[in-house]
Formats: sequence, C-alpha cells, structure tokens
Amino acid sequence: MTLSTDSWSFLLAAMLLVPAVGAAVVALLPAPRIVATLFAAVTFVLTLTPVVFSRDLLWVSYGDRPPAVVPWLNLDLPWVPALGLDFHLGVDAISYPLIVLTGLLTVLCCAYTGSRPLAALLLILEVGVLGTFLALDLILFFVFFEVVLLPMYAIIAGWGGPGRRAAARKFVLYTLVGSVLLLIAVVTVVSQAGTGDLTGSFDLSRHLQYFVFILLFVAFAIKAPLWPLHTWLPDAHTEAPTVGSVMLAGVLLKMGTYGLIRIGLGVAPEGAEWASPVLGVLAVVAILAGSLICLRQRELKRLIAYSSVGHMGFVLLGIATLTVTGIQAALIGNIAHGLITGLLFFLVGTLKERAGTGSLDQLSGLREQAPRLAGLLGFAAIASLGLPGLAGFWGEAFAVVAAVQAGGPLWVTCGVLAACGGALTAAYFLRLLRRVTHGPATPMVRGAKPSIAGVEWFAWGPLVLLTLVVGVAPALIVSGTDIPILRLLEAVSRG
Amino acid sequence: MSVDVAGPLLPLVPLLAGLLGLLLPPGDGAGPRRRLAAGIGIAGSALALLLAIRLLLGDGDPFETGFEIAHFGGFTVSLGVAINPAVVYVALAVALVALLVQIYSVAYLHDDPRYAPYAAQVSLFTGAMLLVVTSHDLIVMLVGWEVMGACSYLLIGHDRRLPEAPAAAVKAFLVTRVGDVGFLLGIAVLITQAGSTRLADVIEHPYDGSTLTAALLLILAGVAGKSAQFPLHTWLPDAMAGPTPISALIHAATMVAAGVYVVFRLYPLFEQSPVALGTLGVLAAITILLGALAATAQDDLKRVLAWSTVSQIGYMTAALAVGSPAAALFHLLTHAAFKALLFLAAGAVIHAAGTGLLSRMGGLRPAMPVTFWSFVIGLAALAGVPPLAGFWSKETVLTAAAHATEGGETIPVWAGWVVWLAALLAVGITAWYATRLLLRAFFGVSRAPGPDGPAWEVGFDDARYQVPATPHDPPWLMRAPLLVLLVPAALLGLAAYAPGFRTSLELEDPHLGVAVALPMLLLAAGAGAAWWIWWAVPGVDPALALGPARPLFASGFHLDAVQHRLVVVPVRALARYVTAADERVVDAAVEGAGEGTRRAGGELAEAHRVAVLPVAAVLVLLGALVLGIVAWLGVPA
Repeated sequence: MTLSTDSWSFLLAAMLLVPAVGAAVVALLPAPRIVATLFAAVTFVLTLTPVVFSRDLLWVSYGDRPPAVVPWLNLDLPWVPALGLDFHLGVDAISYPLIVLTGLLTVLCCAYTGSRPLAALLLILEVGVLGTFLALDLILFFVFFEVVLLPMYAIIAGWGGPGRRAAARKFVLYTLVGSVLLLIAVVTVVSQAGTGDLTGSFDLSRHLQYFVFILLFVAFAIKAPLWPLHTWLPDAHTEAPTVGSVMLAGVLLKMGTYGLIRIGLGVAPEGAEWASPVLGVLAVVAILAGSLICLRQRELKRLIAYSSVGHMGFVLLGIATLTVTGIQAALIGNIAHGLITGLLFFLVGTLKERAGTGSLDQLSGLREQAPRLAGLLGFAAIASLGLPGLAGFWGEAFAVVAAVQAGGPLWVTCGVLAACGGALTAAYFLRLLRRVTHGPATPMVRGAKPSIAGVEWFAWGPLVLLTLVVGVAPALIVSGTDIPILRLLEAVSRG
Repeated sequence: MSVDVAGPLLPLVPLLAGLLGLLLPPGDGAGPRRRLAAGIGIAGSALALLLAIRLLLGDGDPFETGFEIAHFGGFTVSLGVAINPAVVYVALAVALVALLVQIYSVAYLHDDPRYAPYAAQVSLFTGAMLLVVTSHDLIVMLVGWEVMGACSYLLIGHDRRLPEAPAAAVKAFLVTRVGDVGFLLGIAVLITQAGSTRLADVIEHPYDGSTLTAALLLILAGVAGKSAQFPLHTWLPDAMAGPTPISALIHAATMVAAGVYVVFRLYPLFEQSPVALGTLGVLAAITILLGALAATAQDDLKRVLAWSTVSQIGYMTAALAVGSPAAALFHLLTHAAFKALLFLAAGAVIHAAGTGLLSRMGGLRPAMPVTFWSFVIGLAALAGVPPLAGFWSKETVLTAAAHATEGGETIPVWAGWVVWLAALLAVGITAWYATRLLLRAFFGVSRAPGPDGPAWEVGFDDARYQVPATPHDPPWLMRAPLLVLLVPAALLGLAAYAPGFRTSLELEDPHLGVAVALPMLLLAAGAGAAWWIWWAVPGVDPALALGPARPLFASGFHLDAVQHRLVVVPVRALARYVTAADERVVDAAVEGAGEGTRRAGGELAEAHRVAVLPVAAVLVLLGALVLGIVAWLGVPA
C-alpha cells in the first residue's frame, strides 16, 4: 500500500501522541495535578475534530465496489513491511462516537482523581483505547488492544479495594486468554489473506472464516463481556477505584463490541452469519441472567457491574441480528452504556467512599441526607433502566425491534425474552433506589457528606447532559452509520 | 401563532418547564424559591392550556407536522404531532386538569420541603401525556408512554412519611413496565411489518390477520398496564399513597387515560381483529365488575375512588371493544372532569378531617358546603344521574354495548352480551358505593377522634399540617379548582348535543329511548339500597351488609396475593438459582481453572525437581507436537 496521508491526518497521530506525552510528563515531572487534565482535555478536543472531515458523499465516488471502510481521516504509514504491518489509523462514523466518548471520559476521570500516577495511567489507558478504535490494521489493532491491559491492571491493583490483587489478577489473566485467541485469529488472517488492512477485503475460505470468527467471537466476548465469560467483571469493578470502574465500564467493554463489529464482521462475515444464532442466544441469556443476578446483589458496585452484563447483552443482541437496525442499536447502546454506567459508577463510587460502605443493607434514606446526590442517582438509575427520552432507550428498544425484524422463531423469541429482560432491569434498579434513596437515613448515610463539590459537578454534569441529549437526539450517534454498516453486511448477505 | 407552531409546542412546553423545574435547588419551605417553582409549573400548564385552546379555535382540519430525529435502518423516527379535533379535546382536558392540579398543589403541599421537584415532575408528567396524545410517531408515543410511568413512580413515592409509599411507587412502575414489554413488542411487530414508525402508515398498512392479532394483543398488555385493566390493575389502588392531587392527575387526565387513548388512535387496526376486540371486551367486563365490587367495601375514601376509576376505565375499554371509540373518548372526557373533581375534593376532605378513612369521618356536610356539593355533583356524575356528565357518556357506552349484542360489529356477539351485562350491572353497584361514600363522609354524626377519643394516628395524608379544630372548606387556591371542575362535571354531558363537539368525536346523535329505563332503575335500586341500609342501622357502615364477601371485596379479590404468588415469588426463586449457578458453576469453573493451573504448575515444578531430564524431554516433544499441529492447521485447505 502506498503512503497516503491527507493533509490533516496528523490529527490522528496527535490523538495518540498527546496523551502519551501527557502520561510521561505527569509521571516523570513534578507537574501539578491540573496538567494531566489539560493533556486529557487537549486530546478530547482532538477527538472531536474528525467530524469536520466527515463527508457522507464520500461513498458515492467509489461506484459499485467501495472499500469496506471509508475513513473520514486516514493515516497510513508502513511500519514493519516484513510482517505486513502498517501504522494505519482512521476514523469513520462507526468509531467516531466511541473515540469522543473515550476522550470525554478520560478528561472527567483525570479531573476527578486526586492522584498523579493514577492520572498518568489513565492517559496511557487512553492511548491504548483510542488506538484500538482508530486502528485500521489488524495487527495494529491487536497491539493497542493489548496496550490497554497493563495500565488497567495497575489501576485496579494499585488503587483498588481490599481484594484488589486477586481481582486484578483475575482480570488480567482472563482477558489475556482472550488476547491469545485474538492473536491466533489475527495471525491466521494476516498469513492467509496476506493483508491486515481493514479497509480492504479479506478473501478467506468459508471454513477458515468459521474458525477465525470463533476465535474472534470468544476473544471479544470475554472483553464485552458476554455470558458465561463475564465473571472477571464483577470482581474487577467491585475492587477497582471509581475512575477505574468508570473507564472499564465506559470504554473498555466497548472494545469488545466494537471489535466484533469492525473485525468480526469485517474479516469473517460468513463466520458471523454462521455463528449469529449462538451469539443471539448467549446475548439473551446474558440479559436475563444479568438482571436476575442483579436482583440478588447486596453490594452497590457489584450490582452495577452485573447490570453491565445485561446492558452489553442488548448491544450484542443488536449485533447478532446482523441487520442495519440492530447494529445501529448496538452502536448507540454502546455509547449510552458508556455515559450512563460511567455516571452510575461515579455516583456509587462517591457514595461508597462517603458512607464507608457499599452494602445495600446499610444504605437507606439518601434523599433525606443528600437530596442532590439521591436525585442524580435516581436519574442515572432511571436512565439505565432504559427510560425513553434518555440515552439508554434507543439501543435496547431497537435491539428488540431488530430481533423482531430479523424474523423467524429464534429471533422473535430472542426479542421477546430481551424485552422481558427490560422489565427485570426496571425491577432491580427500582429495588436499588428503594433501598438506597427511600426510607429513613441509616447512620452510615447520615455520616456522609451531602454536598457535591465543584470537581464532582465537572465530572458528572457532562454525563447527565449527554444522557439527556443523546436520548432526545439519537441522530448524533447513528447518523451516517447506515452506509458503513450496509457495507459490512453486504458480505453477509452475499455469503 | 399558527396552529403548525402551536401543535408541536403543546407537549414541549410542559416538558421544558419540567426539566427547568428539576434544576431548581430542592429543600425549601417557603420563600422566593418556592414561588419560582410554583410559577414555572403553573406557567407550563397554563401555556399548554392556551396552546390547546389555540388549536381548538383553529379551522379544525387535521394536520401533521414534525421533524426527523434519527434513522435506524429503514425506520425514520420523527418528533412531531398529528392534530385533529379529537386530539385537541383530549389535550384540552389534560392541560386543564394539569393546570388545576398545579394550582391546587401550591396550597395542598404548602409546607412540603420537596415541593420544587414535585411541581417539576407534575410538569413532566403533563408533557409526557401530551406527547402520547399528539405524537404522530409510534416510537415517540412510546417515549411519552414510559416517561409517564417514571413520573408516576417519582410522584407516588413523593411522601417521605408514608412507609408504604416507596413500595407503591415501585409497584406502579413495575406493573406498568411488565405491560410495556408487550407494548414494545407489539409496536415492534407493527412497525417492522409496515416498515415505518409513522402512525398514519401503520394504520393504513394491510397486515396479515394473525400477525395483526398477535401485535394487538401485545399492545393490549401495555394498555392493561397503563389503564389499570384486569389483570394488571393491581398498582392503581396502592398508588393512592401518592399525594391526592397526583391521584387526580393520574386518574383523570394522564396515565390511565393513555391506554384507552392509544387504542382509540390505533382503532382502525383493532377493527380488523375480532379476537383482539373480544379479548378487550372480556377484560373490560371483568374490570368493570371487579372495580365496582372492590369499591363497595373500601374504608379509605381515596381507595373507593381508585377502584371506581378501575371500573370506569373498564367502561371506556368496553366501549372500544363494542365498536364505539367515540363513546370511549366521550366517557374519557367526562370521567376526566368528574374524577378530577372528586379527587381534589377528597384532598379537601382529608385536609379537613386529617384522615382518609371513612370510619373516622361523618357529619362533614354543614362545615364544608363547597366540598360537599363537589362530592354530590362528582358522585352523581360518576353514578350516571341525569343530566350530569357521566349519565350521557355512560348511556352512550351502554347503547353501543346493547347494539353489539345484536351482531354486526367486529366483536363476537357473545362478548357483546358479556360487556353489556357487566356494564349494566355495574351501574347499580356504582350507585350503591357512591351513595355509601357520600353518606359515610358527610352525613350522620362525626366519628372524628375527639380529645378523649382513641389516639389515632393521622393515617393517610400528604402534607404536614395540624388538623383544624373544626373542619372547614379549603383555602381559595384549593377551592377554585373545585369550582372550575364543577362546570364540566355537571354540564359536559350536554355537549353531546353540541354539533361541533359531537361531529369531531364522531358521536352519534344522543337519543333517549326506553333503553334508558333499565340503567335508571338499577341506579335507583343501588342508591336506594345503600341509603336504606344506612338509614335502618344508623352509624354502621353499609358495607357490613356485604357479609362474608366484604373482606374479599376489600382486598380486591386477593389478586395482589395471586400476583405475588405467580410472578414475584417465581422470579425471586429464579434469581436465586441463577445467582447460585453463576457463582458455583460459571465462576467456579474459572476459579477452578486458575487453581488447577497453579496446582499443575506446582506439581510440574516438583516433578522437574525430582526428575529433570525425562520430563523436560517429554515437554519439548509435546511442544513440538503442538507447533506441528498449528503449522499443519495453518496450511490452507
């Protein structure tokens, strides 16, 4: 592939460079705390820029056989030609919202945290996550996918709760298993197809596609996480510090679903079509199991962690239907979950710190002691249970619509069960609110600081606002994604 | 302002007022902040009312306007309105009741420290209902539909001092949400078949018979949830834990009316499905009788009214089932008037008596004439005494049901009979419990706890206040809404003679024939029986005459327990099993794999220490084998 750089594509490299430099500065120089936030803020501004270069008409110029991905911005440099590895970055409508979300959450977390090393780790984490979403080369994708692992391990093991070591180890070993499978898949594809370029097409035989998709499926299912590969998540979330939980739920899980769409569908479409019933069934099991388990949880963060299993189940169900509607639902479900669950983790993390306990049995009457905090928690919980008009609704409702649209007894059953899962979701969130906000205040809650500090408003305000904005204007996320998705799905219908 | 602008603004204004109000700082008793909260709430509803009036004064031609908010695959979701005269009448009722409730609440919650979020939530509630009423897009309608559920949750759980309030709030949200599962799926089927989310496209799409029936039955689940129809009605009586103005809002103008209204809007589809209408009819008949019978034995004033709502909404769905959406809408409007009146008057009674229990009232009539006459008019309208509002609308429903028994409608004839008989019978029962309520509360001697009486707790009230020494009519902010509502509760029925109203609802000409005699006879019998029991045994609750049936009726036929046994307990058990399986199987497998690896590593190290060479050789060979397999697999087939 020839060297092709648009005049503005250095922005893509800058998105990775700025947080990397920031991490180094914050970690090595005795810089004040604000520096990390500034670097994160610059990166956030950079992540916003690609929309300027979005050209919906771009596709028209390619005629009958447009490439699989037409990035708004494209940076393609040969890196290790012997391995067929290019430093190929790009943004399109599918990855753009995730990139912005990553930039946003990093700023909020950097501002929220008081620890400099933690902020440096967050910036390294950001490099990895942004790289994963930007990569248009399979091997590069794998590299960034791995970069994420270590800072997250350090965040949990360094700043976590009492059981942090075990939780961090479980997290890292479990996800490493996924990485091994991903590596095998990537190497197989690159060696067989002779290219790792995601903008091109991969001519793999049907059986090889099945093989590759199984590997990718398991690898991304661990990351997403999909039932029954989810058990690292509750432990990691329960022990992780607040910002760690926010980043984990907000963007790290999305690497799994994004990978499934971009790599899984892009590389092995026939495999995806072959395996989609299994994915659909597991997604529905995840929705139901996640919500039922939430009904039994007695710990705040663990409950929210399990709720992520259910919500990601809706996202995966959308993907499994292999319809444009379903994948658009998955994309907006991804963002909504990042915003809402990010907010929820911020809130329950704060609550846990202030009350000194995360046990639902010891928390009660929050609205008497801290009406604002209780109000925000109520908002986040109601958003998370998929109230229409807020961000969570679109992904879940249209995942169900897509399942019904896909037709056939299997998919209709999946849709029905997923919709029932929606009711269960309401059940456990209302149980949570009833326990925590209503009733008389317990001593733990009475001891908690009621006011909300400026930095907390800074961290939470944007999430509250965006939950509402995305809920009212879902087009912000899904507009322009239909053609890229159609391109991804064309191969499916051909197969 | 042109109607094209007024239409979309109608739901948006209260919604914005609600969002704005939520930003206000909570926790204040009196003062400017409170006035601001009240101002925003009242202004939002008042503007909505003005917009509705503007639409009413328009030329009356139906129109649609809106803009797209997102594309999902082939679906274009659009935020917009479809306005026609029937829509405008309902919107007018919603806005009027909401405005009166806002005004009334200022006085009713005069010392509530969480008034600001309350007023904001009422605004959101109103806006959400107006969204359902006006929206031309099924998905946006679903948005309003569920936002109402959330608002009802927040408002029912508003009162912090009632231990039962949080549970009632959760129940209201969850039961309606269970129905909404069906509603969402039904909409999903309709829009995927029609390929559009627009109401007009969906209505015109030629569906396959069985698909349509399935979709409509699913939608009916949602309708049953929202409109408190059997078997999903159980949340409504418990929802009385909410402040009384909220009960007025939920029962009269929003929430429970939404289900009936959605069936009304989708009626062209329902007309094609005898199964769906038959089901609706049977459920309506059960609901009418269930609600009426349960209302006979309640001791709580608000619970009597709540069960009467269940029953009256049953009349509306019955009218829909027997093929007369116009009658349903007419009853919806008259019911909105007299039920709002009754609840707001009930608030005044509770304010004055310090309790909602009929067993502790009595003899309130001389002290509170305005409230008394509000109750007289409201209950008479509820029972269907001519010429009050309820008489005309109930008569239309009964006529339509009688018509359905002759065949010729979509609904099966037998279902028509069931509906007609249930509706007729309930006329008598309604008269009975309305009379009992009036006599127990306002006549006879006072049973209020005196200084020497038992130390009764104030059981069912909303705001913190001292019970006045002598009961009196409420302050003007609460009295004025009553006086305003008296007018439509008394006169709205006569609107059936007004050509503009009649044609826009597509009501048939009112004709009073011999058929009126039968319900009038039942009415007189029911009211007379209640009066006679009360007169014959002074000071005793006429409900005692029900004998062994009384506890059954009072508990709503134990359906709460049934629901608990059939739904809550199994779900809890399932949750327990799933959690156990997750911990002991799924996670244990993972932990076991880790533990196993560690142990294997330990043993290998041990073996290595004991016999280095042979084992190492075996391992090397094993490694070579694995690599070989990988290489072999790697060769393209």
